Formats: sequence, C-alpha cells, structure tokens
Amino acid sequence: MNDLKKDLKHERHEDYAVELIEITKRFPGVLANDRVTVKIKKGEVHAIVGENGAGKSTLMNQLYGLYQPDSGEIRIFGQKKSFAGPRDAIKSGIGMVHQHFMLVDTLTVAENIVLGNEPVRGLNFDLRKARQEVKELSEKYGLYVDVDAKIEDIPVGMQQRVEIIKTLYRGANIIILDEPTAVLTPQEVEELFVIMRNLQNSGKTILFISHKLNEVMEISDRITVMRGGKVTGELITKNTSEREIARAMVGRDVVLKLDKAPHKPKDVVFEVKDLWAKDNRHLDAVQGVSFQVRRGEVVGIAGVAGNGQTELVEAITGLRKVEKGEIIFDGVNVTNKHPRLLREMGMTHIAEDRLKHALIKPFPAYYNAVLGRHYKRPFANGAFLNHREIKRYTTELMEEFDVRPRIIEHLGGNFSGGNQQKLVVGREIKAGPKFMVVAQPTRGLDVGAIEFIHRQILRMREHDVGILLISMELEEIFSLSDRILVMYEGQIMGEVRPEETTIEEVGLMMAGKRLEEIRGDKK
Amino acid sequence: MKKIIESIAVPVVAVLIALLISALIILAIGKNPVEAYGKLINGAFGSQQAIIDTLIKTTPLILTGLAVGFGFRAGVFNIGAEGQMATGALTAAIFASNFGGLPPAIAIPLTMLMGMLAGAGWAAIAGFLKAKTGAHEVVTTIMLNWTTTYIASFVITGPLATGFGTPKSPEISASAQLPILMRVGAMELSAGIIISVVAAIFMYVFLNKTTIGYEIKAVGFNPYAAEYGGISVAKNIVLAMAISGALAGLAGVTELMGVHHRFLGELSGGKGFDGISIALIGQNNPIGIIFAALLIGALRTGSNEMQFMGVSKYIVIIVQAIVIFLVAADRIVKVIYARKKVKA
Amino acid sequence: MRVLEAILSIFINPQFYKIALTVATPLMFASLGGVFSEITGVVNIALEGIILMGAFTSVVFTYLTGNVWIGILMAIVSGIILALLHAWGSIKWAGNQVVLGTAIILLSQGLTGFLMEPIFGQPGQTDFVGKVDEMTIPGLVDIPFIGQVIGEISPFVYIAFACVIFGWWLIYKTKLGLRMRSVGENPEAADTLGVNVYAIRYFGVIMSGVFASLAGAYLSVGEIGQFKELMSGGRGFIGLAAMIIGKWNPIGAMFASLFFGVFGAFSNQLQSLQEITVASNVKSLFDTIPFILTIVVVAGFVGKSRPPAADGVPYEK
Repeated sequence: MNDLKKDLKHERHEDYAVELIEITKRFPGVLANDRVTVKIKKGEVHAIVGENGAGKSTLMNQLYGLYQPDSGEIRIFGQKKSFAGPRDAIKSGIGMVHQHFMLVDTLTVAENIVLGNEPVRGLNFDLRKARQEVKELSEKYGLYVDVDAKIEDIPVGMQQRVEIIKTLYRGANIIILDEPTAVLTPQEVEELFVIMRNLQNSGKTILFISHKLNEVMEISDRITVMRGGKVTGELITKNTSEREIARAMVGRDVVLKLDKAPHKPKDVVFEVKDLWAKDNRHLDAVQGVSFQVRRGEVVGIAGVAGNGQTELVEAITGLRKVEKGEIIFDGVNVTNKHPRLLREMGMTHIAEDRLKHALIKPFPAYYNAVLGRHYKRPFANGAFLNHREIKRYTTELMEEFDVRPRIIEHLGGNFSGGNQQKLVVGREIKAGPKFMVVAQPTRGLDVGAIEFIHRQILRMREHDVGILLISMELEEIFSLSDRILVMYEGQIMGEVRPEETTIEEVGLMMAGKRLEEIRGDKK
Repeated sequence: MKKIIESIAVPVVAVLIALLISALIILAIGKNPVEAYGKLINGAFGSQQAIIDTLIKTTPLILTGLAVGFGFRAGVFNIGAEGQMATGALTAAIFASNFGGLPPAIAIPLTMLMGMLAGAGWAAIAGFLKAKTGAHEVVTTIMLNWTTTYIASFVITGPLATGFGTPKSPEISASAQLPILMRVGAMELSAGIIISVVAAIFMYVFLNKTTIGYEIKAVGFNPYAAEYGGISVAKNIVLAMAISGALAGLAGVTELMGVHHRFLGELSGGKGFDGISIALIGQNNPIGIIFAALLIGALRTGSNEMQFMGVSKYIVIIVQAIVIFLVAADRIVKVIYARKKVKA
Repeated sequence: MRVLEAILSIFINPQFYKIALTVATPLMFASLGGVFSEITGVVNIALEGIILMGAFTSVVFTYLTGNVWIGILMAIVSGIILALLHAWGSIKWAGNQVVLGTAIILLSQGLTGFLMEPIFGQPGQTDFVGKVDEMTIPGLVDIPFIGQVIGEISPFVYIAFACVIFGWWLIYKTKLGLRMRSVGENPEAADTLGVNVYAIRYFGVIMSGVFASLAGAYLSVGEIGQFKELMSGGRGFIGLAAMIIGKWNPIGAMFASLFFGVFGAFSNQLQSLQEITVASNVKSLFDTIPFILTIVVVAGFVGKSRPPAADGVPYEK
C-alpha cells in the first residue's frame, strides 16, 4: 500500500511536476485539508480519489490559486510557488477543467477560450487571430470544436473540449480534471481517456479527480486517496484494486451494492403518453416520451445530464408546461395541473436541485417539514397554522430519518447537504404517497447518506409505492431499478431489465443508439 | 434577549451613523449641529402639543411602513406606497363627500374600505404584471406613482375643484370623519393612531399564524420551492401587493378622515417613501415598524422647528437615505458591530 | 376631419422630429448608463438620483464660476461620486442593489433640496444661470427639412449619439468589453481566468454615473438653464425601460430612447394644436402618457429580453 514511501532520500524535486507539501486549509467550522502531502510525477496520470467532502476540490483549488493554503508548501517542477490568484497558477503552467464548467453561455467558443488573454490589434480585440489560434490548437490535439458557436448551443462533450483547449491555450503543462466524467456517456468517457493519453504522450501531466473507482483503475498511473481532509492512501494503480481504494476512501469495508429483494409490482399507478415539453430556451426538450410505472416497482431513467430528464421531471410534477401528450395518475388525467393537485392526489417529489426547489433556506426545519401539506389538517385549522402539531411532527420526522442536529428551529440552510436531503426525503416519504418522483437523490452525498436513502427507496417499493427514479449514476440505477429506461435528446432509446442488460448496452443507448439497433447489430 | 439585541443592532447603529453624517453636513453649511438636533428634539417632544403633533405624524407612517415591510416579507419591493396612499385617499374623498345622512358607524368603515380597495387595486396592477410578465415592481410602481400624481392633479383642478388657492377636493361629510381622541391647542389626535396599531397587530398575526402568511413568506424566500410545494406563486405575489397597497391606501384614508378632511396635493407628501426607511429600520417586523415610524415621525415634526435656524427639512430625507443605504449594505454595520464585540 | 388633418400635420413639421431628438437625448444617456452597469452585473436603479444630482451640480457650478462647461464637468464628477457610492455598497458589501439604488435616489433628492437655500437663497427652483446654446452647423442647416431638424440643435444631442457609438465599440469590439460581458454573465468563469471581476464592475457602474450625470446636465444647463426640484421626472426609470427594450445593447437602447422621444414629441405637439381645445388641467392627463407607456413596454418586453445572467447578484468567492 505504501510503495511510494520507500527511497525518500533519493527523491529529487525535479522528478515531480507538482509537490503539495503539508497543505493545511481551514474554513469556518471545517478543516478541509489537514497537512496533506501529494507528489505528482512528471508526465503521469495521477488520480485523487475520495468521497464528497473529503477535501479533494479544496486541495485542487489551492493548486489553481483560487484559495491560498493556511500553511504548507507548493512546488511546481521543483520551484517553490505561491499563487495569489489563478493568473499566477496559469503562468506556472497549471490549467484546470472544473466540475461545473466555467463557460460564458452567450459568448462563442473562441471568445471563451481567449478570455483574459485576448489577442489585440491596436485598441481592438482581434477576433480573427483568436479564432485562428483556437483552430490550430484544436487540430494539434485532436479536440474538435466549432469556434464560432455560442456555448449555450453546443453539446456537453464539446463544452468539455473547450475547457481543455482553454488550458492548452495558456500553455498548461499540468492539467487538472475535476470529476470530468460526470456529464459523459460511457462512450464519451472512453473518448476522453484517449484524449488524456494523447496529452500524456505530448508530455503533459494530468491530475484526475474522481470518485468513480472503475475509471480510476482504467486510466491512472498512481492514486492518492483522501478522507476527512487527510491523505489515507498512496497507491500504484497496477498493484491495487477497487476494494482497496474503497476501503481507504471510507475507512471500512463498503457494501458496494444493496440487496434488492424481489417484489411483485401491482397495477399501473402512473402513466405518461407521448409527452412533449420545451426547455427554458423554447426548444423541444422532451420529445414524445411514453412509459408506465406500477405500484411497488422502481422505474429508473438513465441518461447523461441535459437530455431532457430535468424537463421531463418538471413536466410530470406540474412545474413545466406540457405542450403535447398526457399524464395519467391513478386513472385521472392530470396533464398541466398545478403541483398542489398532484400532491393532494398522492404524488411526492424529491427534487434534483434541493436548494432551489425542495428547501426554503431561511425557514426553520419545522416549516420545511410541512411544505406542501402546510394548509391541511392536522397542520392547520382553517386559516390558522397549528404550530404545536407542526413541531411535534417535525421532531418525529427528524428522529425517523436521522436528521442532525435534532433541532427543529434550525434553519433549513444551516443543515449540511446530507441532512438537508434526509429532511427532504423524510418529508416526501412520510407524506404517504402513492407515487414518488425521485430525481438525483444522492448527488453530493457521502456513502453513509447514500446507503440510507437507497434503503428508504427500497422500503417504499416494498410498501407498493410506485417510484420513478432519475439518476446520472449508472450504479444507482442498476442497483435500485426493476426496469431501466434510457433517455437521449428527449426520447426513450429503449427499455431493459438490469439483469438482462450490460453497462455497455445502456451506455450505447445513452449515446443515442436505439435498443433495437444495438440488438439488431449483434445478430 | 441576545437575539433581540442582535436584530436591532443593525438599524440602531445605522440610525446613529446617519445622524452623525448629517451632523457633518449641517456643519458644512455653517450651522451648529448640536443646536440643530436640540431644536429637533424640542420640536418633537418639547411640549404636550409637540408630542401630539409627533403622534399625528406617526399615524400614517406606521401604515406605510407596514405596507412596504409586508411587501418585503413577500419578496416584493413596494416603492409605490406613495401613489397607493394618494389613490386610496382620493377615492375615499370622492366617496365620502356624499354621505350627509349616513351614521358614522357605517360611513367610517365604508370609507376606509373604499380607500383600502383603491390602494389594493392600484398596487395589484404592479403585482399582476410582475406575476404574469416578470416586470420589475420597482419600475412599474414608480410609474404608477407618477400617473397618480397627474391624475389627482387633474381631478382636483378640474371636476372636483373647490374654493380658491391650493387645489383641493370638497370637504368630506362630518359622519365620515374620524373621532378625535385628544386635543391640545391646535393639534387634534384622531382615532387614526388606534387604527394604525391595530393594523400592526393584524400584520403580525397574519404573517406568523396563518397559512396564507406561511405561503406569502415562502414565495418571498424561494418562489421555486414554494411552487414545488404546491403554492401558487402568481396568486401570492398579487395578494401580497394588494395587501401592501391596502395598507398604504389605509394610510391615505386616515390622513383624509383624521387630519385634512379633504384631498389635497400634499396629502401623501413623501410619507409613502418614508415607509421604505421605516420598514428597513423596523426590519420588516410590526413592532419594529411602530418604533421606526415614531422615530421618523419625530424627525419630521422636529425638523419644522429646526427650519427656523436655517437647517432645511430636507435633512430628514438625507438621514433616511443614509439609513436605507446602511441597512441594505448591512455588512458595513455588522463589521463595525463585530469589531466592537471583539474589543469588549 | 380637420382634427385628423391637424394631427397628420404634426408629422410633416420638422419641429416634431427635433423635439423627438431632444426628448430622447437624456434617455439615451440614461439608458446607455444602465447598459454599462447592468452588462457587468450590477443593477443600477440610482440613475434617477444621479440625473437629478447632475442637473443640480451643473447649475451650481455654472452659477459659481459663470462657465457652463465647468458646470458640466463638475456634474460628471458628482455622477462619478454617487456611482462610486452605489458601487461600493453593491460590490464591496454585497448589499441589495435595488434598495441601495433607492437610497441614492433619496440622498440625491435630499441633498439637492437641502442645498437650495444655502447656495441659492430660495427653495423650489433657481433663477436662470446660463445654458449651452444650440449650435448651428453651417451647410447642414441649409438643407431643407433635415437642416431644420439637426442643423440647429443642442450639441448635447450630438454628444449623446457619439457616446452611444463609443459605448457600442467599447462593449463589442474591445477586450475590455469582452471581459465586461463575461463578468455580467458568469463572473466565476471570468474569475478563474484571472479577470478582475470587482474592478470591471466598478468600471461599469462609474461609467453609468458619467452618462447619467450628462443626462442631468442636459436637462438643466442644456435645455432651460436652471434647476427645478425633482426635475429628473422619472427619466432614470424610463431610461431603464429603454435599456430593457434595447436588450442591454447600446444601439438597441438608443432606438428605444428614440421611440420614447417620438411619443414625447407627439404628446407635446398634440397639446399645442389649435384644433384640439382642452382645458388646461387636462394637460395633466397627457403627462401620464410616458409613464403608462413605460409600464406597457416593460411588461411587454421583460419576458422576451433576457438580462445578463448574473445581473443583480453580488459576486462572492
């Protein structure tokens, strides 16, 4: 496990592209990095692995100059460096592709790439030169982009390539990729790996931040594992295993997959027929989607972000207009009905973006706990709220769903992400729904919270609740769903059972191939 | 207790800083600020008559403060309280000029209702536009303010013109006038002050104890989550603006029925805008608003006396502007407060 | 029939077009100011107050020095100071930009009212102190019809158009403009590339102060040569409406301002027609037209034009 630690005396600083030595960084209330030491060799692909909240992003942000370490040393190619801001890091040859793309939607590809280092001609911005330079880089490294397209019009895969060219334009030799595969199909991930190998062959050093162990195993040379702000493992990829990495990540043996008991679904509780909906830019986002959900079954919708899942969920839950098609809930046509009616009929919704939709930050927990049923008995008598009953209910809910701290007056915004989600999940489950829409339920949560929420979903399934699960984590879809639908560009590419399909097949659907085509090709 | 102190720290410090800066401005024009503030306090509280005058001035300010504060709780910035107040007063004046025979028990509530409905309707226009089109309520309500100014001007110089001198409407019938509570010299304190306080209590109960209050607050904090929770955002925005406008309209009505007994150009006289600083000083809380209204009322009354030594009444507006600035950028005050805490 | 003829005759009168330009001029300045501020992400409601202060300051210094151009220069200084105040509260302290803007408007109203007596010895309005005369452009003024519109007109009109062109060039053709637009759309992205978000926002707000103060200076020393209380008359808000219709683009805002100018000129000419006789107090009703128009236009356009994504949102690392 500690192969690296031998021969310390024979190390030379020049062997390493990056040395982070005893980095410590504190934020109010949390020690994000606790004397972290990571050394990255020139020309290697080095993975930094850990759960959400382990401190990986904070560490990388200091390497990129967005934060300054409270103590510790940074050396780049042997030279001690101190970065007051990203400009300094960029000057030292460091480039970063953030998890959430840092792109200006209304500007073009070329403009985004040169922003901050614009070529000029007299007093004017030299757009022609910018386009030319971007085209050259694009060709040199095999990263295809449309230089004149606006960011808001190009697909996610191209946006990522734009981000990579941004770093190359500034002469990056060390490229940090922060969770780059979250938005890619399995095939696009392979393409990214090819790009990474190309960059490596050109002499670049790559840092790959991820929590996806299979990818880390495939592409990296060495791995640093972090947990709770500390380094808990330094591994050589070809000598280790996913199990070993997981143990260093979590500190105990992890159950990578929950047991799903077989359960017989009952009648259809929810149906969608040829549904069409537009996105915020008035383009068709949902294009003729149809499916059914039965009581007691989990139907999972897989797909990469941006293929219409968000709009589908909003259309189903009454938050977005349905242009064409029907939604039938419990036998009743509920197309374009207000969320209040849907809730009255027994639908609940665990929202994808909890801070935007599911939680009101300045409200105390006890107000958040009854959102959606606040006007009904027993929480209200006619026009007046029944505070005593609301508080009692909240105490019960927080106990049942392990929301901490157990203070009902605690403001919604002050809970940690995991506890906020538990509060929301608790609220939506305790309402006793017939049908639940569950969107990205475990995004940004640690393993403990993920396990808890998955158990709750399976429990609902056993109680004959119909569940529609939308997730971008294939593992989550596979482990929870009875049937899997794959969505691509607003349409369903196919429906399969998890036990009758493969990741490869689902990946192909996520990339736009219909099931019939895939299975037809095989013959 | 600590919580209460923390919540009033910002507005209190803001007021003190504003008074300090204003003192410097007074100094800059060659006058003695200590003398000026002395006259201010004397003018506001120096005699029984002064105190009554202050209370008379405070009455509509409580209501406009409640109007703006209520709006803020719902996430809307009702800068149109000025126009809604005038609209309410004008409508009530037209209504109440023709009541010779009705007993006060009917005439008074009916007139109040008309004024409140008019203010509510005027504000609801902006609310409706915001809900339907997203039009920013600051722009629309200010435009409505100006519209009211000109329409009112038209009415009292034309169809309703009465007598000579300042344009004004006819006097409203005696049965529609509010009873007088206290009389000291020339100052008459009407029952309007009671109406104001009752309105404050109503706002407190409404916002904290009712389901509609819950919904309005939810919409104000996070309209997306409110909608997700089954609350109608559009309906609540319009409702919030309407209630806010009704309170502003009520301010106009109490001025009409309790003080002037007819509509004239200066009836609203900046009181709607005062409501903004009052709501901010009072931190959108009914009790805070009552105190804040008293403060601004005292400043307005006292500034009359200050004028005699050549310090313009406009200093009160300057004080309010500085307070609004500091409360809006309250981190300035919080930083000062935190530094004092660390020292202590 | 005579009424219809009379109304149509308005449009063949060069005075109509000239008035349209002069009504539009302060709006062009104001809306351009709005664009500069909001395109970097700072909402600036304070324009109304800066206009008022600009009008006042230019009169004060014209009165004190006898030179109207010094008055205008000092107006710009006052605009920069008020804008800096707004920028300071909005950027450094991340305050609520709409409320801060309101505070600045009130401050401006308070200060201008307060200083009337000490400086001019009378409240309400000043006497005539001096103005910028219309300039005659030789050659241009002799062209039939067009000469009567733009051949003899306040230089402010030309300055306004020049500012619009300058603004358009700066925002769309220079690297500073590229950075301004990025900061208003996605300040975090710009920050990661080393662009100084705060400095760019200060620049945008200060420029809005410069332009808004010119609007005010025009209203006082450019048109009537005196200051009257509250003479900004809502133009700061109408300017914001023009900015929205113009989709936060200097040229678009210019056209929108001209649109308002045409309406204002029409209302003005209508009132002076002999064929239409109305009581003098009905004039008040005519005065509501620009405000109702603004409401209609803002309500109609807001959904359709999209402000910069980070507009009004303080940037915090």
